Amino acid sequence: MNLVSSTEIVLSSGVRLAAPLAFAALGEYLAERAGCLNISIEAMMLGAAFGSVAVASTTGSATLGLLSGVVIGAVIALLHATLSHRAEINTFVVGLVLNALVLGLTSYLIATAQFDSHQVAQVSIPGLRDLPVIGPPLFVERWPAYLLLGLIPITWWLVERSRWGLELRAVGENPAAADVSGIRVNQRRRQALLWCGALAGLGGAYLAVGEVGSFTQNMTAGRGYLVIAAVIFGAWRLGRTLLGCALFGLVDALRLALPALGVTLNSQLLAAAPYLLALLAMLLFVAKSREPAALAQPFRRGAD
Amino acid sequence: MNRSPGWTVALAIGLSVFLALGLSAALIAVTGFSPGAARTAIYTGSLGSAAAISSTLLYTAPLLLVALGTCVSSRAGVFNIGQEGQVLIGALAGAWVGLRLAIGGPVLQVLVLLAAAIGGGLWAGLSAVMYRWRGVNIVVSTLLMTFIAAQLIHFSVAMPWFLQQSRGTKLVVAAQSNQLPAGALLGSIGRYPNLQVNTGLLIAAGLTVMIAVALAHTRWGFQLKVVGLSPGAARHSGIRIARVSGLALVLSGAFSGLAGAVLLTSPIGTHRLQPGLSGSIGWDGLLVALVARNRPMLCVPIAFLFGVLRAGGNFLSATGVPFYLVDVVKSLLVLALVVPPVAAQEIDRRRLRRRLHGSGLAPVQGAG
Repeated sequence: MNLVSSTEIVLSSGVRLAAPLAFAALGEYLAERAGCLNISIEAMMLGAAFGSVAVASTTGSATLGLLSGVVIGAVIALLHATLSHRAEINTFVVGLVLNALVLGLTSYLIATAQFDSHQVAQVSIPGLRDLPVIGPPLFVERWPAYLLLGLIPITWWLVERSRWGLELRAVGENPAAADVSGIRVNQRRRQALLWCGALAGLGGAYLAVGEVGSFTQNMTAGRGYLVIAAVIFGAWRLGRTLLGCALFGLVDALRLALPALGVTLNSQLLAAAPYLLALLAMLLFVAKSREPAALAQPFRRGAD
Repeated sequence: MNRSPGWTVALAIGLSVFLALGLSAALIAVTGFSPGAARTAIYTGSLGSAAAISSTLLYTAPLLLVALGTCVSSRAGVFNIGQEGQVLIGALAGAWVGLRLAIGGPVLQVLVLLAAAIGGGLWAGLSAVMYRWRGVNIVVSTLLMTFIAAQLIHFSVAMPWFLQQSRGTKLVVAAQSNQLPAGALLGSIGRYPNLQVNTGLLIAAGLTVMIAVALAHTRWGFQLKVVGLSPGAARHSGIRIARVSGLALVLSGAFSGLAGAVLLTSPIGTHRLQPGLSGSIGWDGLLVALVARNRPMLCVPIAFLFGVLRAGGNFLSATGVPFYLVDVVKSLLVLALVVPPVAAQEIDRRRLRRRLHGSGLAPVQGAG
């Protein structure tokens, strides 16, 4: 195998591994800017991955499966938001329980059911796909991957330019002040969680009916936590968060490819690398000063 | 202020538990199994015989240890969610000492347990240091450290110079350590027909009483409470918040580490360090403390309930129903036990707000 073709293979696999993270990271980024550190993103991705395969198998349409993944992600988010930002149960408690529930439920159901394999179509961009090295990795994808091209600017615009996003950021930085100025803090946070759930659902569904075509027990295997690490690594900025996703995808691809390439590098170190990088980013860079000031702090009017 | 009386909350919890069990039964029925048979299997595997109870108790001990540590840190307002990683690091430290020290008898047992507690404590301590040094959110760092810990275990049992089992004449070596020497293992206490009460349970029970007393009746317990409930008041009264909460986190990690050693040395598993050794005991122990609302004595029945589900699940899977069913039941039960009290508080608050509005005594919106 020559260097060009192996680079191409690692890049292709890196892009495929990074895409589900990128979808979910768009959601987690927006939720964290509103002050919600959403750890049930793992449940959202896993539930959507399962649901998309189940629906695709029942209806015979991978696209319907993908859509139902978005819906399932949003439904889990609605449940989370109701429990954490209406009933005001600690958001991490809710997240932990939902993660355990969805993991248990999907593991149980996949052990008792059989699904057909369905996968969305692959679309390649004529012309660009013939570029050397970067052509196949970037321009030959399952079609939902191209949705990122639209969702990235939309998320950026929502957070940075829309009135809703301004309110979200206010809620994430100083909920008491936002409340006084008439913004309904917990309502905004519930809305942010819904957006996060829909996108995490899209990421999970993309993984299942996009890349793999089937569901396996604990399929997401902690990718939701990886997404949280990416947002932290990105210091709560959209561009750097996506860079983190790309980096984590590539590291994962390297980990899978190195044995075949005959290189011995510590695979455990590579698997731990995203988490180490996220911690290092918080320790060494100015990440802390960019953290939403009210991140993971519940808001109750008149509480402090 | 009219608070919802205790019995309505109790009734709500009862109904929720009923609903949780009903949903679980529906799930079993929908997937083509018999809910009655599943219930019988869980009972037989967990409480049906002396051997079954022994197995339940073996799971109860580490769950209780993790939950106790969580009570301590939560009292100080420190939300540690990295117990799973701390359990693993504890087991790693315990296995290292148990396999490398060539001594026998009770001294080795004590050293294994101590090493595990120190290992788990130091691992949690790293998060405390990161918080102190750079203000890194404790929830985030303990969460991320869990995944690093998991890879560290994979690493340790993949490296021949570290803890991977000796090759001998085998061509393929599994990713696990050697078996711990018999001298390092925790045995049973007393002799009962068929029933085993492991030393690990005795340790957990003793520590439960100690922590319950310490939290309720000592200066340290009071300091924890003040730091947790009102950091401002703690600062004014001269409590060194960073030290109290940091130590609470370290102690929480130490308890989780101890649970790791109990998993390693009591007859639940294979007495080897393996990547799957913990089997989510850390996550579950955290849930136990949440349900028990950080009260050590309440952790005992909840940990036992979780133990019942784990032991029952093993028996259940032998009847063809996937083990994962008990994870569903467990999560639904946790929701059923956690949601009603909080929901009741919320309803009370809204009722009060409405009444104040009605009487013209409404506080200025957004005041405070």
